[in-house]
Amino acid sequence: MVLAQQKSGKKSCRQIVDGNRAAALGAKLCRIQVIAAYPITPQTPVTEALSEFVARGELNAQYIAVESEHSALTVCASASMVGARTFTATSSHGLAYMHEILHWTAGARLPLVLACVNRALGAPWNILNDQQDSISQRDTGWIQLYARNNQEILDILIQAYKIAESVYVPVMVCYDGFVLSHTDMPVDIPSQELVDRFLPPYKPHTVLDPAKPKNYNLVTLANPRANAEGVLCHGYMELRYLLQEALQNSRETIVKVGEEFGEVFGRSYASLVWENRLDDADIVIVAMGSLAMEAIVAADMLRKEGIKAGVLGLRVFRPFPKLEVVRALRKSRLVVVFDKNISYGSEGATCSESKAALYGSGVKAVVRNFIVGLGGRDVKVEELVNAVKKSLASLKEGALNGEYPEWICNI
Amino acid sequence: MSISAVTLTEEEYLLPGNRSCPGCALSLAYRHILKALAGQAIITVPASCLTVLMGMYPLTSASVPCVNTPFASTGAAATGLVAGLKAVGRRGLTVAAIAGDGGTYDIGIQSLSGAAEREEDFIYICYDNEGYMNTGNQRSGSTPSGAVSGTTPLGKPQNQKDIIAIMEAHGIPYLATASATYPLDLYKKVRKAKEISGTRFIHVFTPCPPGWRFPSSDTIEIGKLAVETGLVALYEIENGIFRLTSASESLALKGNLKPLSEYLGRQGRFKNLTQPQINEWQDRINTRWKAYLKRANEAR
Repeated sequence: MVLAQQKSGKKSCRQIVDGNRAAALGAKLCRIQVIAAYPITPQTPVTEALSEFVARGELNAQYIAVESEHSALTVCASASMVGARTFTATSSHGLAYMHEILHWTAGARLPLVLACVNRALGAPWNILNDQQDSISQRDTGWIQLYARNNQEILDILIQAYKIAESVYVPVMVCYDGFVLSHTDMPVDIPSQELVDRFLPPYKPHTVLDPAKPKNYNLVTLANPRANAEGVLCHGYMELRYLLQEALQNSRETIVKVGEEFGEVFGRSYASLVWENRLDDADIVIVAMGSLAMEAIVAADMLRKEGIKAGVLGLRVFRPFPKLEVVRALRKSRLVVVFDKNISYGSEGATCSESKAALYGSGVKAVVRNFIVGLGGRDVKVEELVNAVKKSLASLKEGALNGEYPEWICNI
Repeated sequence: MSISAVTLTEEEYLLPGNRSCPGCALSLAYRHILKALAGQAIITVPASCLTVLMGMYPLTSASVPCVNTPFASTGAAATGLVAGLKAVGRRGLTVAAIAGDGGTYDIGIQSLSGAAEREEDFIYICYDNEGYMNTGNQRSGSTPSGAVSGTTPLGKPQNQKDIIAIMEAHGIPYLATASATYPLDLYKKVRKAKEISGTRFIHVFTPCPPGWRFPSSDTIEIGKLAVETGLVALYEIENGIFRLTSASESLALKGNLKPLSEYLGRQGRFKNLTQPQINEWQDRINTRWKAYLKRANEAR
């Protein structure tokens, strides 16, 4: 990092900030032009910080204090269609309320960026952390990136704009509520010059203009249909295919942007996953978000007891890094997946995805799933360690994967 | 220059052969709204009859830039267009949101109210066909009491929501009522609204032959009867000053309203109304018409 700065001659500044501040500073550095947001715990400080930047004249943007999250994302969508770079942030019920517009904006291929401060969903009311909110939006067509710490929040937010505006798919930057949003950590805040060098101005795919009148998102039939010149244009199905193709292809863009980020800022994100001590590990812990950091501590403790554990941290949930997961797990005999979400009646989402990636790959590892940390339930390192040991014991007993996950709670 | 059918611009932004039903008053209203905006506008439209009217990809019947937006979000979509244009420094374009009564009175009222409270700079036009006509005629907050619809098979038990009063309570600078069957009055109001900044609201009465159950040849007559009976009053409220316009202004000078039964009897949707219901409704119209006259006189 120091080397990169010396090379560039530009300074960054290290500050002690919480995750929300890191997100607000990251968005500001991206020269966002329209902000629309509705306060919700634990995202609220992001809205206050951005309002303050605008009020002080530090950020030249329109701040729209909308009356709901549904409107927040709609404002971003139409502002984006006339050429403005936009930002919004939300959590939990706010993200759920945006659900319709999440589908709409991905379908319209608008390169929006949204920060999701992960929080549990009611009922009953709970304002604390888990990842049920963003996981519940996995099929909306948004790219989902997860941060493990506050530096990553700032870094991937800046990358998110470059990714979104390259592939014309919206990007959700997810970070754990309170665990990161309200926890202070040292974060290198890059200079505006460096960010400007990394992130080019936004070029919209669409600019609404009376000189070239077009009607966007109008009714589209299932089958291709000819235009006035007789040229066959896409049907709804073709448009959906193109969105899926864009997400598939975004894998390369995410890696390339992560690599370029490393070149400019000295912190590389040139992979869809984080790998820790996987070279000789035969037991791999899989986790996403801040839990992936805690898992490293758990793996270290297991190593001290002679258990060769490593960690696979999922940095990107959509597109799901199937190849990377297979590569990372190929030497393992046991995979223990911790999920801060639950697909009721099935299992944790990252477990399902990991299993699906392994199917047919030749990797014979047993996969165990534990549901942890829902509604802000503290996840202790010892609990992770014990869960791995319990999974190991089940191997010796010859037991295979259970049909349903284990829960680390009092029932 | 005064505006008449002769001096109205010949430029057409709504093309012939669109997908509206025969006798659709919206088609007439939209044509004149677009003429008044003179092409220098961006339109946003939620799910509604207007979506259908504008056609299916890759063809469209209106030569204006348009953003379709989900049902509840019209006020927010217009807000975003205004904010985006301002952020990128594009000037001289009017943002116009055009939604039906379902999208305005009911599912869209939150985003409209939020935008009006924030004093967002756009024109909001509600074309009111008094029901969810795009889905084949079900009740809305604007369906009049007694009207039969798909979800009120015996007639709607409740009265219409007073959207004008609701919007006026937001303290917006310009508010007008219009009827698709008085296109020059509508045209003038859109032209006037275009020159005012802040949230502007225009309510357009839009007779619907299939939903209201009258022959598609009768649209203009039904629209005229609505005004001549005083059921619909054409007026504008500019910075709080109330003024009757067009046929309603003439009616105020000349005198008597036609009986409401003339209007009701022409539509199948009112077939279940009893005489006491009609009398009660007539009383409400008389009271309201007197209030309009009083308000118009006070403003003078």
